[in-house]
Amino acid sequence: MNRHRAFLVLAMLSILAVLSLGLALAVGSVSLGVGEVAAALLGHSGAHEASLAVDVVHNLRLPRALAVFACGGLLALAGALMQVLLRNPLADPYVLGISGGAAVGALAAMLLGAGVGFGVEVAAFIGALSAMWLVFGLARGEGSWTQTRLLLTGVIVAAGCGAVVALMLTLAPEQQLRGMLFWLMGDAGEAASPGLPLLVLLTGLVVAMFYARELNLLARGHLLAAALGAEVARLRLLLYFMASLLTATAVTSVGSIGFVGLVVPHLVRLALGNDQRLLLPAATLAGGVLLTLADTLARTVIAPQQLPVGVLTALIGVPVFLFLLARAPGVDQSEGRP
Amino acid sequence: MTPKLDPVANMTPLLSCRDVAVSIAAKPVVQGLSLDLMAGQRLAILGRNGVGKTTLLHALAGLRAVDAGCILLGEQTYAQQGPREAAKRRGLLPQHQGDAFTATVLETLLIGRHPHLSRWDWESDADIALAHEALAEVGLAGFAKRSIHTLSGGERQRVALATLLVQQPRVYLLDEPLAYLDPNFQIAVLEMLTRRVRASGAALVMVMHDVNLAAHYSDQALLLYGQGAHETGQSAAVLDVPRLSQLYGHTLRAIRDGERSWFVVETPARVLPE
Repeated sequence: MNRHRAFLVLAMLSILAVLSLGLALAVGSVSLGVGEVAAALLGHSGAHEASLAVDVVHNLRLPRALAVFACGGLLALAGALMQVLLRNPLADPYVLGISGGAAVGALAAMLLGAGVGFGVEVAAFIGALSAMWLVFGLARGEGSWTQTRLLLTGVIVAAGCGAVVALMLTLAPEQQLRGMLFWLMGDAGEAASPGLPLLVLLTGLVVAMFYARELNLLARGHLLAAALGAEVARLRLLLYFMASLLTATAVTSVGSIGFVGLVVPHLVRLALGNDQRLLLPAATLAGGVLLTLADTLARTVIAPQQLPVGVLTALIGVPVFLFLLARAPGVDQSEGRP
Repeated sequence: MTPKLDPVANMTPLLSCRDVAVSIAAKPVVQGLSLDLMAGQRLAILGRNGVGKTTLLHALAGLRAVDAGCILLGEQTYAQQGPREAAKRRGLLPQHQGDAFTATVLETLLIGRHPHLSRWDWESDADIALAHEALAEVGLAGFAKRSIHTLSGGERQRVALATLLVQQPRVYLLDEPLAYLDPNFQIAVLEMLTRRVRASGAALVMVMHDVNLAAHYSDQALLLYGQGAHETGQSAAVLDVPRLSQLYGHTLRAIRDGERSWFVVETPARVLPE
């Protein structure tokens, strides 16, 4: 893999991203042609039908498509970073309870009366950080994270978060309940402004790319990474904060969506290898594409009813996770040598 | 492929310890350790299981804090030069190669170029040529495209050694470099390392288990007796039957074979069945 090939792959994924966003803008209760979408985006509003198209594209579909795209990218990037941090291809914000922690934080803020906005965002970030701290702290036996301990701790923390969420839903006033439920399952319909998630995604990706080669080292083990000049402790702390922030942003913008962080980096790794310089941007783009397509499907397949997009990703993600677990490589073989 | 000899650096030790104390979980490994490793020299570290050989090696690599004293890599401490500069000058072969993710052999080798590349650089054709040379040196020419998960233990160990060669340090710190290797590769690796160290004015520190190979392929030896007690000296002088027997808590014997002598481990006498 060299720089030239990496650019080529990323250019192709960018084209895919544009196409998926275009599809999301065109498909729905009012079907629009390519020309209409383009015209609406450019703001030509002459005829009456055209102004309807402008309205639909600008006020309904574009914010939602961008928010969903950002959310997919955020989750895929968070998952890829966590997999490096834990040196475990099964690490995922949802499986390890980080999304759960963010959901608890966000719902608590909602219950306490914070409107959707900055307060919920901060609460979700704190929730995600606490869940991550719990999982990492508890799973850390004798200096390294073992696969079994990590997954078990993550599952327990996720279950705990689920219980707290259920408790809060029970206590929630009637008029908030439906909104909270839908938000939990990953409801893109409520996605408000895509600005913040896109900004966080871009910043996160730039920071991650800055350290991409160090992350390659870290994926080989902390000892080798340190011997080759990486500042391991600082790098780990950075990954820990970034994965929490990205997850929290995704959870507050669209909701608690599972398995994107697991499935997307895995597929990208299968296709392109594990060089973080390519894997991180490619997984970000692919995550955005996947979730945009999933959301488009979710709001059209049984229209006018809408499926929560989190249900769709779980239906894809669970089999992939089980498959991965069944053929989980290496930890036993590589660390348990005689 | 070999770094140029710097005549001034040639005069100062590549690695030196001044009154170094290292401990692990309040158990002393060494106390008051002083040694100088000059260009072209090879040091063998010997001691019982669990005495702290790996811990000491990590301290020598600057990856573990010392309790007292100071370790100089060239003329500076590790803190003075920072991890990146240090990585250009010393390399470590870890005891275990944990591969959580699949990668090709070539990708694994190129990891060793990291300290020599600037932040946004990708590996150049020269770096890739270097990797192919290193593969040939460890007898794995043609393995570049193989996945590391398909390698045997001995092949994986030689890939790790090749990664270290690609790093081109001045000080090689090797934790059991001969693990998983067949006898022919043990000798080939030791010969290759010796050639490299002599040709490029580098230095070698090896944690070893085979006292005969240590005697033949080291210039200095560091014996760790436990509880911080240790002894250093010329290998020819300190590697003898009384010291080695005390070191391992088991009687060794020396058997002469013409010019050379070989250490053998005494085994309980057994009467062969009729």
